[in-house]
Amino acid sequence: MNETLMLTILTIITAATPLVYAAIGELVVERSGVLNLGVEGMMLGGAVCSFAVAHHTGSATLAIVAGMLAGMLLALIFAFLTLSLQSSQVATGLALTIFGIGLSALLGQSLVGIAFEGLPRLHVPWLSELPVVGRLLFSHDALVYGSFAIVILVSWFLNRTRAGLVLRAVGDSHDAAHALGIKVIRVRYMATLFGGACAGLGGAYLSLVYTPMWVENMSAGRGWIALALVVFAVWQPGRLLLGAYLFGGISILQLHGQALGINVPSQLMSMLPYLTTILVLVLISRDRGRIRRNAPASIGQSFYPTT
Amino acid sequence: MPLRFGQGTLTALQSFCSLMPESISPRAETGNGKPLVEMRGITKAYPGCLANDSIDLQLHSGGVHALLGENGAGKSTLVKVLYGLLASDSGEIYWQGEPVHIASPAVARELGIAMVFQHFSLFDSLNVLENIALGMDVDASDELQQRIIEVSTRYGLPLDPTRSVYSLSVGERQRIEIVRCLLQDPRLLIMDEPTSVLTPAEVSELFVTLKRLADEGLAILYISHKLEEIRQLCDEATILRLGRKVAEADPRVESARSLATLMMGSEIPVSQDSRQGTVGEVLLDVKDLSLSAVDSHDIALRDLHLQVRAGEIVGIAGVAGNGQDELMQALSGERRLQQAQSLSLCGEAIGRQGAGERRRKGLCCVPEERLGHAAVPTLSLSENAFLTAHHRKSLGVAWFMSASRSRQFASEIIKRFNVQCHGPQALASSLSGGNLQKFIVGREILQAPRVLVVSQPTWGVDAGAAMAIHEAIRELADQGAAVLMVSQDLDELMQNCERIGALCAGRLSAFHRVQDITVQQVGLLMGGEELNGVNA
Amino acid sequence: MITLQRRADPSRLMGYLAPLLALGITLLAGLLLFAILGVPIGAAFYAFFIEPVSSLYGWAELGVKAAPLIIIGVALSIGFRAQVWNIGAEGQLILGGIAGAAVALLFHENDGWYVLPLMILAGVAGGMAWAAIPALLKTRFNVNEILTSLMLTYVATLLLSWLVSGPMRDPDGFNFPESRMFHDAALLPRILEGTRLHAGAMVALGVVLAGWVLLTRTLLGFALRVNGAAPRAGAHAGFSQKKLIWTALMIGGGCAGLAGLFEVAGPIGQLLPSISPGYGFTAIIVAFLGRLHPIGVLFAGLVMALSYLGGETAQITLSLPLAVTGVFQGLLLFFLLATDVLINYRVVLK
Repeated sequence: MNETLMLTILTIITAATPLVYAAIGELVVERSGVLNLGVEGMMLGGAVCSFAVAHHTGSATLAIVAGMLAGMLLALIFAFLTLSLQSSQVATGLALTIFGIGLSALLGQSLVGIAFEGLPRLHVPWLSELPVVGRLLFSHDALVYGSFAIVILVSWFLNRTRAGLVLRAVGDSHDAAHALGIKVIRVRYMATLFGGACAGLGGAYLSLVYTPMWVENMSAGRGWIALALVVFAVWQPGRLLLGAYLFGGISILQLHGQALGINVPSQLMSMLPYLTTILVLVLISRDRGRIRRNAPASIGQSFYPTT
Repeated sequence: MPLRFGQGTLTALQSFCSLMPESISPRAETGNGKPLVEMRGITKAYPGCLANDSIDLQLHSGGVHALLGENGAGKSTLVKVLYGLLASDSGEIYWQGEPVHIASPAVARELGIAMVFQHFSLFDSLNVLENIALGMDVDASDELQQRIIEVSTRYGLPLDPTRSVYSLSVGERQRIEIVRCLLQDPRLLIMDEPTSVLTPAEVSELFVTLKRLADEGLAILYISHKLEEIRQLCDEATILRLGRKVAEADPRVESARSLATLMMGSEIPVSQDSRQGTVGEVLLDVKDLSLSAVDSHDIALRDLHLQVRAGEIVGIAGVAGNGQDELMQALSGERRLQQAQSLSLCGEAIGRQGAGERRRKGLCCVPEERLGHAAVPTLSLSENAFLTAHHRKSLGVAWFMSASRSRQFASEIIKRFNVQCHGPQALASSLSGGNLQKFIVGREILQAPRVLVVSQPTWGVDAGAAMAIHEAIRELADQGAAVLMVSQDLDELMQNCERIGALCAGRLSAFHRVQDITVQQVGLLMGGEELNGVNA
Repeated sequence: MITLQRRADPSRLMGYLAPLLALGITLLAGLLLFAILGVPIGAAFYAFFIEPVSSLYGWAELGVKAAPLIIIGVALSIGFRAQVWNIGAEGQLILGGIAGAAVALLFHENDGWYVLPLMILAGVAGGMAWAAIPALLKTRFNVNEILTSLMLTYVATLLLSWLVSGPMRDPDGFNFPESRMFHDAALLPRILEGTRLHAGAMVALGVVLAGWVLLTRTLLGFALRVNGAAPRAGAHAGFSQKKLIWTALMIGGGCAGLAGLFEVAGPIGQLLPSISPGYGFTAIIVAFLGRLHPIGVLFAGLVMALSYLGGETAQITLSLPLAVTGVFQGLLLFFLLATDVLINYRVVLK
C-alpha cells in the first residue's frame, strides 16, 4: 500500500476521533432535550487539563480522566444554570464557550511550547504485525477504539435499554415525562454531564494525541463542528460516525494538500472544514420534515415543573 | 325560527343524551361498604389562589364517581394530589382505611391508582409499545406487546403496538392511555375530561368500556363539566365550586338543570335567541381550496367549498386534528394559497395575500390558542391590542407606534367586554383564560371586520365569559358581518349557527341548516359520512 | 432547602438589580481569582478598575474600546430580541474591515473627501454581505443561523489572513503580513486631540439612540419583539418571519461591518491579520448584560471596555496573562444568567 495514502488514512482517524467524542456526547445531551452550545468551551477545558496532568504526572490514564472531569465540571455549571436556574440554554451555552476559551488560555499559560510524546499505541500480538491491516486497524491508541465503542454503546443504550427510553421520552416531551413521574431534571443533569465528559475526552485527544501539545484556542471550532455533526447525523449515532470521518478527511486535506499537489494558499485550504459544515447543514436542513421528525421535540426549552 | 335547535345550553346538552346507547342504564350501587379511597380535608393553595379548600371525597369499588365543576373549580388540583403529582398543604388520604402518603405517581401506581390525562402524556416520537412501557415502569418487551394486544381486544380498544404515536388520531391516543392504565390492573381509574376530544360515536364506545370496567369491580373517578354525560354514566357525584366542595349528589336523580345550578352557584341565565339578522350577499367565498401537508404531522386540505353571507354565522364541527389548524392558517393568511381565486373576500380574490393584507381588507381571525398565537404572553394588553389592530384602528403613524392610542383601544376593549384585569398595562399572561379570550375576541370585533373567522371561541372558558363571547359574536353578525365558527363543541355550534358542516380528514362535508339536522347527524358528518335525504 | 417559586408577574426591580448584582459577584469572584493567582488584591483591583481610567487618555481609550462593543451590542440586542441568534458578528466585523480597507487601498493615492464615506459604505456592505449568507440559508433552507454565522467567522479570519499575506499585502512592507498604511483621507477624524478617540464613538451614541427608537417606538421593532416572544403570534399579526430574519441579520451585519471599518480606519490605520480582540463575541455579552436594551447596552459596553483596558494594564503592571479578561467576561455572563432567575422566580427557603 502506498505510504502517503496509509499516512493520510491514519491522520484522518486522528482527526476524526475528537469529533466523534464531542459529537456523541452532544447527541446524548440533545436527545434529552438540552441544547448545550458550549461544546467548544468544554473541549478546550478538557484539552488544557488533560495536557497539564500529562505534563506533571506523565500518566496518560490520569490525563484522560482529568480531561473528562474538566469537561464534566464545565457541563455542571451549564446544567446548574439552565436546569436549576432556568436560564436560556442558548445564552448559557455561548457563555460556557466564552468562559472555556478564557479559562483554558489562563490555565494553559505555562504549558505553551511544551511537547508531549502522545498516547501509547496498543499493540495486539500478531494482529498488529499484519501487513497493511495491522497498521490500519490494530496500531492505534486506546481512545480510537474507545470512540468506536462509545458510539456502539450509546446506540445500544438509546434503543435497547429502559434508561435510554426514558432519556428519549424526556427529550420528546418533558411535560408528559414529568406527568409519568420521571425525574426530568435529574435525567437532563446526567445527560449533560455525560456530554461534558465526552467533550472533555475529545479535547484531551486533541492535546494528547492530535497535536500533541497545548496551543491556546486549539480546538479551532471543532466543538461547533461537533454540534453541526449531530444535525448531520439527524440525531442517530451510526450516521454520526460517518460524518465525523468525512470531516476528519476534509480537515486533513489541508495538511496533505501540498503533498497531493493541490496548489492553493493554505488559508483557503483551511476554510474547507467550515465551508463543508455549512454545505452539509444546508443539505440536511432543507428537508424540514426530516428535521422535525427526528429532532428531539423539547430541545432548547426550559423545564419548570408547574404541577 | 320556531324549529331552531339551540334555545340555550341546557336544551343542547339534553339533546346530547339521545346519543347514549339505550342499553346502558345506571347500575345499582355496589359500594356500600368501606370506601376504597377516602380523601379528608384536602387543602392546596397557590400564590394568590386557594385551589382546594378542605375537600372530602370517598370512592367505592364498582362505582363511577363524578367530580363535577367549572373550569377553575379545583378538580384537576384534587386529582393531582390523589395521583401524587401535587403535594397538598394539609389533609389525609386513606386507602382501604389505611392512611397513605402518595408522594409520587409511582407510589400511586403501586397502590393501584391509574390516571388518564386530559392532555395525554404521550411521546410523539415513540411507538405505542414504548409509550406504554414508560408509563408502567417495565421494559418494552415482546411479552408486554402480547399483553397490550390481549387487553385492547378484550375491552374493544384496538391498538397496533408498533405504530408511532404521531401518526395516530386523538381517539387512538386516548386508547393508549386507557390500555396503559388497564395493564396495571388498577383498583381505581381516574379519567380527566376524557370526552372533550371524541366524536359522539367514540364517546358512546368509551362509555361501554367504562361501564364494563366498573362492573368488574373497578372504582372510576370521572372528571367532567358535561352534565348529561355524568347523568348517563355516574352513580355518585361530588360537586366543586371555586375550590370548595359544595354538594354531593346522585346524578341519576338530579336533572341537568339542578346539577348546573349546584355547579355554578346560581340559575344559569339562558341566553335569548334574539337574532333578527337578514342574510345578505356572499362575503366569504371558499372555492376549491387545497393545502398540501408540510410533513406527516399535518393534515392536507382537499377541495374545500364554503360560502358565508353577510349576517350569517356558519359553523364547522369536527374532532381536533382533522385539519382545523390548517384551515385556520389558510383562511387567516398565515399560509398563502396556491390560487388567489380559492379565497374571496367581498368578491375580491385574496388567496395569495398574507395575514396583514387580509386583515386590512376586513378579514379578521381568532385562532384557537390564546397564549402564543392570538396574544403574546409577555406583552401588555395595550401592545396586544396593537398587535392585530394597528392598521384597522390606526394605532400608529406611518412607521411609528402610538402608545396612547393603543392604550385607549385596549381600555375600550376592556370596558366593552368587561375584561377583568389590572388595566391596559397588565401582561396577557396574567389574565385568566376567560378574560383573555374576551379581550381577544373583543379586539377583533371592535375592528368591525367584514368577515370574522373564529376557532374554538369558548374553549376552556367559564360559562359567564362563554355567554358574553357568544353574544358579542351574534351581535357582530346582526350588524352585517359574516362569521365562520370552527369548534369541537357541538352545543356551541348548534346554539349559535345558522348552517353547520363538519371537517373530517381535511375534507369539508356539505352544510345543513341547523333546524334540518340533529346532533347525531352532525356526529355522522364529523365521521366523514354524508347525510341522505337532508337538504344541503 | 432552597427552592424556586415562580412569580405571578416578572419583577421589574430585579430586571434592574440583577445586572448590578452580577457585576458585584463577578468583582468578588475576580478578587478571589487574583488571590488564587497570588496577586495582591489591592494592586489587582487598582490595575483593573482604577488605573485605566485615571487619566484623560484612559477615558479616551475606554471610548475607543467601547464604541465597537456598543455598536455591535445594540445590533445584536435587536436580533436576539427577535430570537435571531447571529453569533458571527466577529466575522461580519472582519468583512467590514476588509471591504473598507479595500476601498482605502484602491484610493491610496487619492485624498478626496469622498474616500472615507465610500469606505464606510463598503464596510457596512461587507458586513451585511457576510450576514446575508446565514440569512439566506436560514430563510431558504432552514439552516440554523448559530452554526452558519459562527462557521463564517472562522472563514472570515482565514480570508483576512490570506488577504494580508497575499493580494492586499503592502508592496513595500518587506513581506510582513499587513497592508500599507491608510492615507489621511481614509482615516477617521479624531475627536479628542492627543488621544485615539475617533468619530466612531459619536456614531456609537447615535446607534444607541436609533436602536432605542427602533425597538420601542416603531412597528418594525414591535414586529421583531413579537417574533422573538411568540413567533406564531407574529405570523397571526401578518409579520413575515423571513423578512424579520433578514432585517435582524442585516442590522447585525451592517453594524458589525461598520465597527470593523472603524477599527481599521481608526485606531489601527491599516489592515492587519487580526483587527479585533474578539469584539464581535464580547458584544454578545454586552447585549445580554445590557438586558437586550440599547440604553443598557451603552453602560454594558463601557463596563466590558473597562475589562479589556484593565486586562491590558494588569498585563503590563502585574504581568497577569491577558486571558484573565476572557475569564472575567465569561464569569460575568454566568453570574448574569444566574441572577436573572430572580426576575421570574422567588427564592424560597423551606
